[in-house]
Amino acid sequence: MNPNHDLIEYLLRLGDSALIQGQRLCEWCGRAPALEEELALMNVGLDLVGQARNWLDYAAELLADGRDADHLAFRRDERAYRNLLLVEQPNGDFAVTMAKQFLYDAWHFQVLDGLSRSGDARVAGIAAKALKEVTYHLRRSGEWVQRLGDGTEESHRRMQAAIPQLWRFTVEMSDGDEVEQRLCEAGIAPDPAQIAGAWQAKVAEVFAAATLPLPEPAVNFYLSGRRGLHSEHLGLLLAEMQFLQRAYPDATW
Amino acid sequence: MSEWTLFEVFVRSKHGLNHKHVGSVHAADAAMAIDNARELYTRRNEGVSLWVVPSALITASSPDEKEPLFDPAQDKVYRHASFYELPAEVGHM
Repeated sequence: MNPNHDLIEYLLRLGDSALIQGQRLCEWCGRAPALEEELALMNVGLDLVGQARNWLDYAAELLADGRDADHLAFRRDERAYRNLLLVEQPNGDFAVTMAKQFLYDAWHFQVLDGLSRSGDARVAGIAAKALKEVTYHLRRSGEWVQRLGDGTEESHRRMQAAIPQLWRFTVEMSDGDEVEQRLCEAGIAPDPAQIAGAWQAKVAEVFAAATLPLPEPAVNFYLSGRRGLHSEHLGLLLAEMQFLQRAYPDATW
Repeated sequence: MSEWTLFEVFVRSKHGLNHKHVGSVHAADAAMAIDNARELYTRRNEGVSLWVVPSALITASSPDEKEPLFDPAQDKVYRHASFYELPAEVGHM
């Protein structure tokens, strides 16, 4: 086993979640409700793809098996993907997209904040840079959840309908596994229990301001992104995202 | 979206002292206009500060008044410092 097994697993989780969330956001290209919103969605999506590159570059270096970040992104199968179940869910309407973004951002912010003080200097550096971007992502998505939740009758109805579609996947925001526990003890990653608490507090605060009822905490079920057990949506997303490198391996232009 | 307000955007660049008009954005309110302006006008490192103003609040001069407002300034060269000859003893100012 690679002596960096835990860190590699963790880097893939961070990178894959950012990549899949970024890919989902870019599906809005040409379809957003307003020009301003379209640019904002693409900017956030590309921020995340850039962060994914940093995490996957590091993972590839530690793997040292000849694969690079592009290979990890475009030639790994669904079962090898370690992203959160939440981010692979379809975009739905704008309310679902923003609710998903917010639930992810609120978690992402806490994780990066912790990682910016990581004992691994490379991890701390990547996290500190990403944290600036994600601070803004969280502010923006949090404001949208409030605007829609505490907006018109129609926007409230849609935002309220979006939550139950996503909520069960948030179980992954609050149940760290043994990999995260060991990395926490090694001073590399933040304490998963602390992340969970801070995530819950932020979600409760924004839902209250958005006049949205806070659901009961989600419970474990048979799927798990970090074990590669994904919902059916990831395979379809990867089929589109990976098409070119699958059909024309190592194509350049 | 149809009820969104048009805002004019002003950006102060890193080395600039004043905010300059760069264009406009649509937004539901001023806070969102700042965010939208950030996305549209500062993504290539253009600025360090943003102002947004509802376009409707700007009073503009009328194009019809161009002649009475601006033409009289054209033949008044004495309003420019370069019109005056400096005495030699002043040297370079």
